[in-house]
Amino acid sequence: MPRLSRMFIKAGMLYLVAAFTLSFWVVARAPLGLPGWLSAFQPVLAHLFVVGWITQLIIGIAWWMFPKITKDNPRGDVRFAWIIFALLNIGLLLRLAAEPLVTLYPDAPLGWALIASAICQLLAGWGVVILLWPRVKER
Amino acid sequence: MPVLSTWMVRAALLSLGFGFALGAWMLTAKAIPFDPTYRRLLAPHIEVLLFGWLLQLAVGVALWILPRFEKPPKYGRIRLAWTGFFLLNTGIACVVIGSYVGGPSHPLALAGHVFELAAVLLLAIFLWPRVKPFMG
Ligand code: HEM
Repeated sequence: MPRLSRMFIKAGMLYLVAAFTLSFWVVARAPLGLPGWLSAFQPVLAHLFVVGWITQLIIGIAWWMFPKITKDNPRGDVRFAWIIFALLNIGLLLRLAAEPLVTLYPDAPLGWALIASAICQLLAGWGVVILLWPRVKER
Repeated sequence: MPVLSTWMVRAALLSLGFGFALGAWMLTAKAIPFDPTYRRLLAPHIEVLLFGWLLQLAVGVALWILPRFEKPPKYGRIRLAWTGFFLLNTGIACVVIGSYVGGPSHPLALAGHVFELAAVLLLAIFLWPRVKPFMG
């Protein structure tokens, strides 16, 4: 399995554990009388599962197993793929940090972090389309 | 990869690109209030990414890698799957447009759900016999 696939898959597993941990505290908030700010994690929590875990798992496996482009260039541009990995994770971590704060303190000057997160994830998503497109073929 | 898998995986990738764009738009709108109606994009965002991206990719890859039949047709009743593919994407488009213009109970969104139900039924009927031991 190529190194980049291992990174995507392992990062995915870390997000999965983080998502279950965080979701316990969010769900246990009311019955255990925990502070209300925990609910501000709700939207990003969903994305730890769907972007952090499942989407990264898919990209990692696809990069490894999808049909090769050619013998000389089996998987496409590896550097481009690493940039996608970095953008997706920076984007999601920025969202994890900034979205709850923006919800709790709408006047705090943190909007730039959400915008940066949106741009990073958008570029990563479009990058995945460009990266995997030539690998989707009959063989 | 069989031809239908290439279509499904490409449609899934396009859904990923579109769904992420909707998400990025909404996240930006949470930061700077340039679009007060941005939450109308939430249902389309979820629809495109859960069904257009995740479900469609899973089915497209399953069609390719699940054990094949020894005697032709080796992939099974492929016409069922093609019909499922068209119905699924028509359904997603209807739900996206319907829920955007009129909310989740808009007639177009409801029709979309019926198409999606028909699609997953056909795809399940198609994949069911492929879930078997290799060489079985
Ligand atoms: C596989 C990919 C994705 C899936 C399946 C997905 C699914 C969802 C779901 C289920 C919700 C509702 C969450 C809730 O109400 O707690 C949601 C909301 C949202 N998503 Fe995504 N999403 C994905 C990717 C993204 C990405 C990449 C972005 C940003 C670049 C994004 C931005 C948003 C925003 C801004 C909301 C609204 C949050 C709020 O309630 O204020 N999503 N998404």
